[in-house]
Amino acid sequence: MSLSTLLVLADGRLPSGAHAHSGGVEAAVSAGRIHDLPTLESFLVGRTATTGTVAAAFAAATCRALTSGRSGVGTVPHARDEATPSDGDGARLAERVAALDDGIDVRTASPALRVASRAQGRALLRAVTRIWPAATNPAGPNPHHPIATGIAAAAAGLGPGDAALVAVYGGLTGSASAAVRLLGLDPYAVHALVARLAPECDRVAADAAARADDPVDDLPAGSAILLDLDAEQHAIWEVRLFAS
Amino acid sequence: MRAEARLVAEADGHGGTRLSTVYGEPPLLPRRTGHQQNQTAAEVHLVGGAAGPLGGDDLRIHLTVGAGAHLVVRTIAASLAQPSHPPAPSTLTITARVAAGAILDWLPEPTVAVRGCDHLSRSIVDLNEGATLRWREELVAGRHAEAPGDLRLETTVRYAGRTILRHDLAIGPRAKGWHAMLGRAAGTLLLVGKDAATAGPRAVNRMPLACGPAALVSATGPDARTVRAALDEGAANTLAHDPDAKPGNWRKG
Amino acid sequence: MRPDNRAVRIGIGGPVGSGKTALVAALCRLLAGELRLAVVTNDIYTTEDADFLRRAGVLPDDRIRAVETGCCPHTAIRDDISANLDAVEELEDRLGPLDLVLVESGGDNLTATFSKGLVDHQIFVVDVAGGDKVPRKGGPGVTTADLLVINKTDLAPLVGADLGVMARDARARRGDLPTVFLSLVGEPGAAPVADWVRERVAEPHHTPRDHDPAPAHTHGP
Repeated sequence: MSLSTLLVLADGRLPSGAHAHSGGVEAAVSAGRIHDLPTLESFLVGRTATTGTVAAAFAAATCRALTSGRSGVGTVPHARDEATPSDGDGARLAERVAALDDGIDVRTASPALRVASRAQGRALLRAVTRIWPAATNPAGPNPHHPIATGIAAAAAGLGPGDAALVAVYGGLTGSASAAVRLLGLDPYAVHALVARLAPECDRVAADAAARADDPVDDLPAGSAILLDLDAEQHAIWEVRLFAS
Repeated sequence: MRAEARLVAEADGHGGTRLSTVYGEPPLLPRRTGHQQNQTAAEVHLVGGAAGPLGGDDLRIHLTVGAGAHLVVRTIAASLAQPSHPPAPSTLTITARVAAGAILDWLPEPTVAVRGCDHLSRSIVDLNEGATLRWREELVAGRHAEAPGDLRLETTVRYAGRTILRHDLAIGPRAKGWHAMLGRAAGTLLLVGKDAATAGPRAVNRMPLACGPAALVSATGPDARTVRAALDEGAANTLAHDPDAKPGNWRKG
Repeated sequence: MRPDNRAVRIGIGGPVGSGKTALVAALCRLLAGELRLAVVTNDIYTTEDADFLRRAGVLPDDRIRAVETGCCPHTAIRDDISANLDAVEELEDRLGPLDLVLVESGGDNLTATFSKGLVDHQIFVVDVAGGDKVPRKGGPGVTTADLLVINKTDLAPLVGADLGVMARDARARRGDLPTVFLSLVGEPGAAPVADWVRERVAEPHHTPRDHDPAPAHTHGP
């Protein structure tokens, strides 16, 4: 695993469309639920424990599916390490990734959030296929964002834990940066908050990697009703700054 | 305490529903209560719900609805998830199977997370293609001004063999930041049926799911009454909607 | 090289209020009859510019796409162009082959330019009311745009702007790159810009940028 490559993928400046998504912050700000640092902290903690944890788990599971035949990748040895890739493996891989993509669908009640997730997945995939042209993508052009994150990590030679970290950390910093832009919060104070929450990202990512082979129905499914309801309202706003 | 309840509903051959099994062990005590507005349905109230669940409880409810039958299950009051001494987790497992052409309404009152509780409620619903479902889950964070214990609702719903909804609602000390994601009271009402996703006008909180003829109505609020009213409003105009439900009528609806 | 089946993409940038949307509307009026045309707008308020174009009746609704920029209009056209690429490709997929896509940036400052990964050519619009020293200040937009439009010349006497000074400074900054003085209130309106756009569309593929492939789809559904 290359730490620098992980940084490339986790960098907010990666051209993957993230800057146009607030992770629900724009709607929560408008509803008055985020208005200062403490309310932002509650939001980020809650989001990390629900949506962030789901994204991490599915990114890790996707990456695991794509890298399990590859030696020296990933943190947990896998039964298929010995197997020679074959057409049957390819079919099983495509089936697992499709099931994971469905898994995000059935965990995302809000149609607006499903659209936003696929838009971000598509954008990330666009970046990945330009940066790592040999990327394997069994998921079609518009995968959910966590699936695309797993594909990206695998293409970059990273493992499931890295994929999970990119997913949960990206969700955290994306939301935090949207709050800085929307509320004019002190960027140092917000980054101090992000730094305080970083160990939680590590914990979520480690858990995601440990469960990367679980059946899809057993993967995390923490639901955030307010994010769903906000997203549906936000999608019909006349005027908005962020796509989601 | 370990307890089980089993309800089996079947078509009676005359356009109505017959309960072929009504079985329960305390505190899961089912009572046939009839169904006022709908002669074709069989209605059961679980009357023991208010006593628990208590830490250490392992409660199981099995619901089976056969082709052409319509089963309505309610509880008479909110369930208070309570701690035990010494502390032990409590679980409630609900499994439901609904045949094609059958209707299941699982419309219990909310579960309240009392301080110190550690309760998991797990629901697994299997619907055959052509089944109709109304499945309500509501939770409240503590009694008045009380910090809640840990309460977690895990739900898996399958339609025609395929998972169409997977969600966990969690509040309490282990569910970090829950209040920013759910509010003090929260609930969902899953509607599966012919027009659940498509009926117009579409309420903003009735969200068509990605798969299946299904929509999830979601609500949060400061209390259970607000949540119930929002769920009822969101479900209005759907055939899958409970005919008894009236906005604001949270005991009955 | 621009592939045969892809529209020419022209970016239209410039500071807030310089008349980008009015220019896009005028170009649509002049070109919609002869070119297969669509517009992507990047205004910070996502529907505003698109609504302006719709109200002006210059293009059918389905030929206009608004892109959200997350408070960072320059990011969306320069550093992370993915949402704009998606919008352009979606228009081409939905409407069939197009000759021209105009990508209008959100109002920004003099440093905002389009990425060559997004557009083939760019027009930078400033106006005389912004002060006649704008061309002298330079900045990447004024200096490097393929066409500089100095707009609202009808206002020059009112704001005391010296068009001669602006022309001289623009030449000094831009060398051989063309500059057009424009007033959309009278004749000939946007015709000089429309002519320049026609030339770009008619050009054989000589653009320096690579094609952006759609996201890979190796196998599966």
